[in-house]
Amino acid sequence: MTKHFTSLASAAGTLTLLISALLVTQTANAEGDSNIEKGRAIAFGGTKGNCLACHMIEDGESPGNLGPPLIAMKARYPDRDKLRAQIWDPTAANPESAMVPFGKYKVLTEQEIDYLTDYIWSL
Amino acid sequence: MMHRVLKQLTIAAVVYGFAATIQAGPQEDRQTFIDTYKWKFPNVPMEEYPNGAYAIDPIGRENWEAIEEFPPYETFIDAGREMWAKPFANGKGYQDCFPDGPVIAHHYPRWDKTQGQVVTLPLAINQCREANGEKPLKYKRGPINDILSFIAYESRGQVTNVEIPEDDPRALEAYEKGKKFYFTRRGQLNFSCATCHLQNTGMQVRTEILSPSLGHTTHWPVYRSKWGTVGTLHRRFSGCNENIRAKPLEAQGEQYRNLEYFLTYLSNGLELNGPGARK
Repeated sequence: MTKHFTSLASAAGTLTLLISALLVTQTANAEGDSNIEKGRAIAFGGTKGNCLACHMIEDGESPGNLGPPLIAMKARYPDRDKLRAQIWDPTAANPESAMVPFGKYKVLTEQEIDYLTDYIWSL
Repeated sequence: MMHRVLKQLTIAAVVYGFAATIQAGPQEDRQTFIDTYKWKFPNVPMEEYPNGAYAIDPIGRENWEAIEEFPPYETFIDAGREMWAKPFANGKGYQDCFPDGPVIAHHYPRWDKTQGQVVTLPLAINQCREANGEKPLKYKRGPINDILSFIAYESRGQVTNVEIPEDDPRALEAYEKGKKFYFTRRGQLNFSCATCHLQNTGMQVRTEILSPSLGHTTHWPVYRSKWGTVGTLHRRFSGCNENIRAKPLEAQGEQYRNLEYFLTYLSNGLELNGPGARK
């Protein structure tokens, strides 16, 4: 009886652990999704990233074509940090790049660049 | 795709080449611009360039031609004609300052050896006014656009012919300063004039097609729908600088006058067709 009780208790404990682990993962996912949403708002915002001025992105209206379409970003940038660096200062990789140095010239905050990178990387 | 990449690379080489070869003279500069655009837009004849983006944008051109059927700048030309004819308080008038007037737009901008600076048409107009005891006009908005519209209209068909006199090295210096301004990246968004109007001409920012610099100066002042009125070239310069989040410089200050000198030189040989109408 005692033995049964113990195993029951430990099973319950495991279950609790599992549930809380699940909850944590879900919260993390939700956070990831909301970061991507924040990044999307920055990308589409005319006074923030204004990425649509030059890049085609998903269903964004009236995109420009000065830069390449933002698709298959994980294939183009397997390393998220490299994508972030490209947004932070594209003239580091190519001095003739027409793209705005969003981080270097403080057009966006470091936090905003993180959200934006999350979003662009998801495309 | 490959073709486009090659083009971008070559244009990058052109832009970079400009920065590297300071010794290239004005004639070589102008030829490089012509070659670049000819190669980007092989089917656009030179005489189309005074029409700006509409030389390379068939859809925008249709709207523009519709607007030109009832030119929005017409009343400004009429107001300017009256201004030209009305004597100053001292009895003299613009005709006394400009004996060849009003067909004078093609004489500007020009290097003035005595003043040691580039004299543009708006500057010459204000110098005339001040010499006759009149208040100078503001350089971006207001009545200066009336008199400029009239002079531009009367000067239609004249040909851009900016000279850089060799007997005064300061003239070439002014041109070089204008050229340097054109190729210098500035503002929080880090654009130079060349980024959009040489390197990426014909590409779209949102729905706007970036215009070539050849022909940029032929049609001022311009009725701009966005402004809802006629404005000067230097007002447009300031607007461009604001767009890239750079500090707009003083209209008719030395820097914008030198830029105008360089930019107008590029259009040598192109017909004047002002005033213009733009979106």
